[in-house]
Amino acid sequence: MNMSIITTIKNIFRFYGEGFKNMKVGKTLWGIIGIKIILFFVIIKWLFFPNILKEHFHTDQERSDYILNQLTQGK
Amino acid sequence: MEEHLVDWSRAQFALTALYHWLFVPLTLGLSFIIAIMETIYVKTGNTVWKEISKFWMTLFAINFAIGLATGIIMEFEFGTNWSNYAWIVGDIFGAPLAIEGIMAFFMESTFFAIMFFGWDKVSKKMHLLSTWLVAIGSNLSALWILVANGWMQNPVGMVFNPDTARFEMNRFFDVLFNPNAYSKFLHTVGSGYVMGALFVVGISAWYLLKNKEGVKAKKSMVVGATFGLITSIFLIFTGDEAAHQVALNQPSKLAAMEGLYDGHRRAGIVAIGQLNPDKKIGDTQEEFLWSLEIPQALSILGFHDANAFVPGINELVYGDTDEHHIESASDKIAKGKIAIESLKAYKKAKKEADPLAAEKSLAQFRAYEKYFGYGYLENPEDIIPPVALTFYSFHIMVGLGTWFFALFFFLLYFAMVGKIEKQRMLLRLAVLSIPLGYLAGELGWVVAEVGRQPWAIFEMLPVGMATSQISTTAVQTTFWLFAVIFTGLLIAEIRIMLKQIQIGMGEH
Repeated sequence: MNMSIITTIKNIFRFYGEGFKNMKVGKTLWGIIGIKIILFFVIIKWLFFPNILKEHFHTDQERSDYILNQLTQGK
Repeated sequence: MEEHLVDWSRAQFALTALYHWLFVPLTLGLSFIIAIMETIYVKTGNTVWKEISKFWMTLFAINFAIGLATGIIMEFEFGTNWSNYAWIVGDIFGAPLAIEGIMAFFMESTFFAIMFFGWDKVSKKMHLLSTWLVAIGSNLSALWILVANGWMQNPVGMVFNPDTARFEMNRFFDVLFNPNAYSKFLHTVGSGYVMGALFVVGISAWYLLKNKEGVKAKKSMVVGATFGLITSIFLIFTGDEAAHQVALNQPSKLAAMEGLYDGHRRAGIVAIGQLNPDKKIGDTQEEFLWSLEIPQALSILGFHDANAFVPGINELVYGDTDEHHIESASDKIAKGKIAIESLKAYKKAKKEADPLAAEKSLAQFRAYEKYFGYGYLENPEDIIPPVALTFYSFHIMVGLGTWFFALFFFLLYFAMVGKIEKQRMLLRLAVLSIPLGYLAGELGWVVAEVGRQPWAIFEMLPVGMATSQISTTAVQTTFWLFAVIFTGLLIAEIRIMLKQIQIGMGEH
């Protein structure tokens, strides 16, 4: 049973490994995907897009109170 | 709230959404066309179809890879630029977006790998199944996004919790089967199918004009034009249903789409026309400088009744309580302000631990709740979206859709009678129609989203109240940052695709 699971996992790794190895245009595409993921998730998200409510308030109650204030006092 | 900040936040969201939509429709449409091509290969055993499938799969992969994660930027924007909105709708959007994420990740990524790496490694049938599942998975992902968008256009199945300031979902199936959501889903994926077909016939036409890849290009042309013709008809029916839902739930959008200022029975549709730029709400000037109208068509298409009354901008703004029971916007604004004051009183009573006062305020809030969003508007005219942008976007989109139908019809006819190579003008038009397909799709979104203004959630929350209080400069900076990044991605996509197309259908 354990051997068959290991063999299956090995086959999956081999399947992906050979697939990546034999790619042509795919290598360029994976390069673009890699750069994009770093750009989006590390640089843009981290530097420019904080979650305002999560960052400024500690609890959901505080967040609710803030939004209710916005809705009832106007901006 | 600074008007500038709201405008820049909207512009940034529009920019990212429009760029994202450059990549999505091809994924939706081309995936099904590839699945059909591969099915023909499996059924006939003809390896030419395998090569054709692999070629289009390569272009599909380029588009998929470049477009991947461009939608995530909009989620970043929710948390930063639209934090009020994100909080208020979090309970509604959480479920559909989580299902979308799980479905997109597991279904698409698993079967995507088999589709690309699995040729000659899994059985033909398993490979074909994977290709179909990638197509179905991509389209199901779109379903959940459009369920969320449909809810914003026609909010149903929820209750506003005045303690948490959130809309809470209390009827999941009302949200899922919201008529606005499914008509929008079908029409939107339908536009993706037409885009996929335009892409296939356009590139096949280019090969035929260059006398390259004759057999494969002709076979691709037949599949693309057939798929395009069928899905164009599908698009007409789903567009009709989408417009019917707009007529029922978003009369201000319908009036703007048609440039209809004075409502009437047996209303016609302006097939083509030029809006009078000096026309103002409430004045007596003509609506159009010139126009060609189809009599009664708007009443029939909007309400499925030739005699139906279609309200115009003037009735929606100033009301028509005697004959058609349409409340004026100023009455709605006054009631909305009562709802806001009641909510404020409820909050105060809760803070002061006064249950009787809280109960009374809450009862009053519930009585006026449906006008809540109107309380934030200043002028009755604010309920009308930009008329010219909505009108022209809608009419150009419909005109292009009609052209695509004709294009697919003639391409298929000449391909079937074996004279397609001789139709040089038609082939050139097919190539030129690729960007027009993208234009039509983008205009569709302009109609949907500009036509929804001033609301972020229709009649519940105006965009001015949905935005976060952040610096306008920060939004401007990220706007230009995204403009540069997305333009770079688009250039990369076009260059890689053109290179691959020039290599030909045999090498990938």
